[in-house]
Amino acid sequence: MNIYVLLKKTFDTEEKIVVQDSRIEDEGAEFIINPYDEYAIEEAIVQRDAHGGEVTVITIGDEASEKQLRTALAMGADKAVLINTEEDLEDGDQFTTAKILEAYFEDKEADLILAGNVAIDEASGQVGPRLAELLGIPYVTTITKLSIEGDAVSIEKDVEGDVEIIETSLPLLVTCQQGLNEPRYPSLPGIMKAKKKPLEELEIDDLDLEEDDVEAKTKTIDIYLPPEKEAGKVLEGEVEDQVKELVTLLRNDKKVL
Amino acid sequence: MSDKLLVIGEVRDKDIRNVSFEAIAAAKQISDDAEIVGVLLGGTDLKSAGEEFIAYGADRVITVTHENLETYTSEGYGQAILEIIDELTPSGIVMGHTSIGKDLTPKIASRLSAGLISDVVDIEKDGDDSVYIRPIYSGKAFEKKTFEDDFIFVTIRPNNIPALEKDGSRTGEVTNKDIDIKDLRTVVKDVVRKASEGVDLSEANVIVAGGRGVKSADGFKPLYELAEVLGGAVGASRGACDADYCDYALQIGQTGKVVTPDLYIAVGISGAIQHLAGMSNSKVIVAINKDPEANIFNVADYGIVGDLFEVIPLLIEEIKKSKIAVS
Repeated sequence: MNIYVLLKKTFDTEEKIVVQDSRIEDEGAEFIINPYDEYAIEEAIVQRDAHGGEVTVITIGDEASEKQLRTALAMGADKAVLINTEEDLEDGDQFTTAKILEAYFEDKEADLILAGNVAIDEASGQVGPRLAELLGIPYVTTITKLSIEGDAVSIEKDVEGDVEIIETSLPLLVTCQQGLNEPRYPSLPGIMKAKKKPLEELEIDDLDLEEDDVEAKTKTIDIYLPPEKEAGKVLEGEVEDQVKELVTLLRNDKKVL
Repeated sequence: MSDKLLVIGEVRDKDIRNVSFEAIAAAKQISDDAEIVGVLLGGTDLKSAGEEFIAYGADRVITVTHENLETYTSEGYGQAILEIIDELTPSGIVMGHTSIGKDLTPKIASRLSAGLISDVVDIEKDGDDSVYIRPIYSGKAFEKKTFEDDFIFVTIRPNNIPALEKDGSRTGEVTNKDIDIKDLRTVVKDVVRKASEGVDLSEANVIVAGGRGVKSADGFKPLYELAEVLGGAVGASRGACDADYCDYALQIGQTGKVVTPDLYIAVGISGAIQHLAGMSNSKVIVAINKDPEANIFNVADYGIVGDLFEVIPLLIEEIKKSKIAVS
């Protein structure tokens, strides 16, 4: 089975966000694999081990993205592809990303494509479904269970806490939700092996794309931090009195009761 | 009225979801002279839902009923919406940023080669143009976005853009359109209701969330009771989910749900940065925690330092009393 994983690097969840000149300052920030993409990598490895085939991890990014790709290889993926857009593209959006991936997949025979259900930075959740539509294959988002038998696929999908049981078939794109699996940590031998696994680097002209083909449909005109929240009031006195005061404050001052 | 904005509504258990009414209000903010065309899809008659949609500001409503629309699939809904778009050539689409909205809109945007600005919490006007504000990094920052083309396509986060007042005197046409929905490659065989009791987290006005301090799955019981008294929903921190006190579906934070209720009561939650990202834009935050140094107190409007198992029952009683006093 040809399995592909779409990976994005994101800020470490511990990072504080610093905005400078309407842009997020990323100098010195720690990057990680988007946490939802880790579920996708883990699931890809599990499915390959069960059904055979190969796992290829793809990211669109810059030189530094190699680090996250190597981590995915160390977890157990077989091959990695970096589509480096650093020199060609200033600002892309989800349209851009999906178009680039479409071009990449044009001559591939993908049976299964996995992605995170959302990236924790921009949180659009668009790229997976957009790509599936461009490739003309079905997709299921926010999956929590995946069983494949031949071409038949059975899925459990999280829908705002309810679970849908879905039947579909390969080729297929899925996006992964928490609860699907427990992503493994790279083992030491895994890390050693990862160094020798193939990592292909492409630019958009290798995919026969011009900048115009992938020009963003939306534009970010400003980025800013929310107003700093002032520390509030810690109530005092007997617990009974604190509770009374709290209810009064919520009802009369804040009008939320 | 040459401009048309489509508002795709969602019907759940016969009722239109509140976020769909909010989507109508958002469409009016985007253009106050556009014709607002509501679209409702489902398996059975939607006429009365359509009339409800008009009372909340839609100018007319197109319904599509088909057995293959009984449960949502991106393919089924996609076929219906794309055919309506083809016929009406609207200037934009607005929908709620819900499970269905998130799943469906990228497909349609992709087909239309259009931009899509999702999870919008506010709309600002710049002359006739609109600027869309959405949280990024789970609310640690915000971005302002615009479209490069004329076509507008946004999903709005529940609970942020207020719906218009219901006006039962409004009139408008509700027409059912015959569209054959076929060749579906994905089929929903069954739906297991786990979240059926109570209010959906993303749309809840009040959330009572528990953390590791709740200590056990049993410890969540008083939280459910408090949520019920307040007409709210129960959420949890990652710590509580990892410890198996509750289902991951309840997790609030940078991984998990991002919520903005009117009232957020954090119970036994220390306030890790990842959790704060998911809730710190709530309108009013109350923290109840044994540890006076807990980080959660830095974002709380009101804090009670104390044992939650003592505080919560008192709070339930006090709220019940205050409700009786009011009514």
